[in-house]
Amino acid sequence: MTERIYVFKRFERFWHWSQAGLIMFLMLTAFDIHGTYTIFGFEKAVAYHTIAAWSLIGLWVFAIFWHFTTGEWKQYIPTTEKVLAMVHYYSVGIFRNEPHPFKLTQLRKHNPLQRLAYLAIMICVGPLIWVTGVLYLFYDNWAAWGLGRLSLEWVANGHIAGAFMMLAFLIAHVYLTTAGHTPLAHIKAMITGWEEVD
Amino acid sequence: MRHALIRAALLLCSAGWLVTAGPVLAEESQPEPKPLKLTTTADHTKFKELQQTFNSGPEVTKACLRCHTEAAGQIHRTKHWKWEYLNPETKQTLGKKTVVNNFCISIASNYASCTSCHVGYGWKDASFDFASEENVDCLACHDTTGNYKKPPGFAGNPVVKDTEFPPGSGKIIKGIDLTKIAQKVGKSSRDTCGACHFNGGGGDGVKHGDMDSSLAAPTKDIDVHMDAEGLDFTCGTCHKTSSHDVAGSRYTPTAKDSKGAHVRGKADNGNPATCVACHGNGPHKSVARLNQHATKIACQTCHIPTYARGGIATKMTWDWSTAGQRDAEGKHIVKKDAKGRIVYESRKGDFTLAENVKPEYAWFNGNVQYTLLTDKIEKSEQRTPINKMGGSPSDGKSMIWPMKVFRGSQPYDPVNKTLITPHTAGNDDTGFWKNLDWDKAIPVGMKDSGAPYSGKFDFIKTEMSWPITHMVAPKDKALGCAECHSKQSRLAGIQGIYIPVRDNNKLLDTIGWSIVFLTMLGVFGHGAIRIVSSRKH
Repeated sequence: MTERIYVFKRFERFWHWSQAGLIMFLMLTAFDIHGTYTIFGFEKAVAYHTIAAWSLIGLWVFAIFWHFTTGEWKQYIPTTEKVLAMVHYYSVGIFRNEPHPFKLTQLRKHNPLQRLAYLAIMICVGPLIWVTGVLYLFYDNWAAWGLGRLSLEWVANGHIAGAFMMLAFLIAHVYLTTAGHTPLAHIKAMITGWEEVD
Repeated sequence: MRHALIRAALLLCSAGWLVTAGPVLAEESQPEPKPLKLTTTADHTKFKELQQTFNSGPEVTKACLRCHTEAAGQIHRTKHWKWEYLNPETKQTLGKKTVVNNFCISIASNYASCTSCHVGYGWKDASFDFASEENVDCLACHDTTGNYKKPPGFAGNPVVKDTEFPPGSGKIIKGIDLTKIAQKVGKSSRDTCGACHFNGGGGDGVKHGDMDSSLAAPTKDIDVHMDAEGLDFTCGTCHKTSSHDVAGSRYTPTAKDSKGAHVRGKADNGNPATCVACHGNGPHKSVARLNQHATKIACQTCHIPTYARGGIATKMTWDWSTAGQRDAEGKHIVKKDAKGRIVYESRKGDFTLAENVKPEYAWFNGNVQYTLLTDKIEKSEQRTPINKMGGSPSDGKSMIWPMKVFRGSQPYDPVNKTLITPHTAGNDDTGFWKNLDWDKAIPVGMKDSGAPYSGKFDFIKTEMSWPITHMVAPKDKALGCAECHSKQSRLAGIQGIYIPVRDNNKLLDTIGWSIVFLTMLGVFGHGAIRIVSSRKH
């Protein structure tokens, strides 16, 4: 017996997928710039990376506005409830076909581990990337902004460290989309908005 | 008011019509106006002073000075005349008269050959009279015919009658007609400057690498400013000369020009030959980030991607230590490479040559310290710098400059620990280029330099740096980002700055990729166990 819950609203889905596309493109250009491989080459990769970054910033302005006007920001408040149960589920239960310990509702669409993970990305990795990225973009203005003593090396390395963390997150995140009751269930939900729950 | 103006204009027009439509006779009596593009107001063929037969350079100069009364005095103050320059910062006395290099080494005792590029007549030994006005050579810079030549060996004198040279060789140097040349004088040109400066080091393109005869009429790709079918700059367009003193210096170069573009009417004391003197300090309009680059990187670094681009090779190394070999018959040897370029000469030793050369790069603040004959040197693994280029990432005065670094091996005195100035050119028994005997050539040269010589010589490895500044490419040929922002960065040797990509932190990369790899491992492991366990259930 399954029921269907409408968890991801239209803007949210639009935000998610455009953000996903932009982040993947940013990753692609990032490691091109970094010299890991050459697809566009440094010069074009920097240009595309910059455009994609500004697009993502624009998207975020809308997303932040949406989260606060709809109250959806509350979905990211961390909780300790059932965290251990989730850890147990992912490390043991999932292999034994045990039931998912978390019951998804419209008001709680992220499981406790998701909440923690997304929050960590939003308050640690995100700001690291954005602060260093914007500083990197405005390197020319550091002196005028009174930031002349800032080290380009530290800013660059901070940005690169952020990129690695984001890449690791991306891999885990994509994998965990398959952890629904069917491998594609979560992805379908993210596309249609409707999640099937037991 | 407006009507009055129109009426006046109409009146003028009709008056003009009356004049032009007047009787045919009147029109013929009107002389043709001079063409506007004349570059001078004087036609020198009309000057009585020049309508005579000139038998020597000084005779021409005397005629010039009758009208240009102060010209010789102006020349007397210049490096072109004195071949001497006191560097106000290092207090070193420099100039061709004094410096030692690692090409033909030195002019001492070799005057008659070297001074074919002096703006004077008759500098054949150390006794040359630098106060002489008539010995100033006006034609070297003001010839427009292209026929004016000063062959090496004549102490800067042109040859006016067919002359066998060297005597007894059977080779005839054709005499030139100084009268025709004198009557056609004009402004200096790429050809007049190039006659010497393209041939520095003893041949086309040998010394500088960024200056050779391809600049006489270059394409846009060779030099965007001198492009013969485009902007068509002469040397003097940038090396703006005042009172016969040519701007721009290799002894005290302007490494960093932060004074902005020069403006008419404003007192600009800076060097007019810098890029900034015209382009200013923020010349990149569409990509502002490049202006930030230009606070640390000389324009030349990106805008001269390679030198010796005009199809003429430049010398890169010169090994004097192998000079002096003779063939089985005891004759001088000349070896050429597949392209017909000389790579060995008994007179000079081994050379390597190159075209389209990527420069080396260095922090440079304009301070150049020469190793002179009076300086002590030590033979070691490190090459002895002929000229030490000052500069550091943190002195606030340095920029990253492209350089041609010319490396060689040349004679030095291992007892007195000094460089050596050998007698090379000259049709005499001691000239090395004739008799290939260092033991004769060195004492003569050192005596002429007034320097002590122990009687022993050895060879020492040296290097000399030449900041690259000519052969500016069109902007679409300027260096791309990845030329420096890559692991094979052109600026690999530049210390003191963080260059993204070149300076990727290896530890950070290792940690980063480890995290990514472990995540992948975890994901695949987790997934695999899920697949296996789901089959059991």
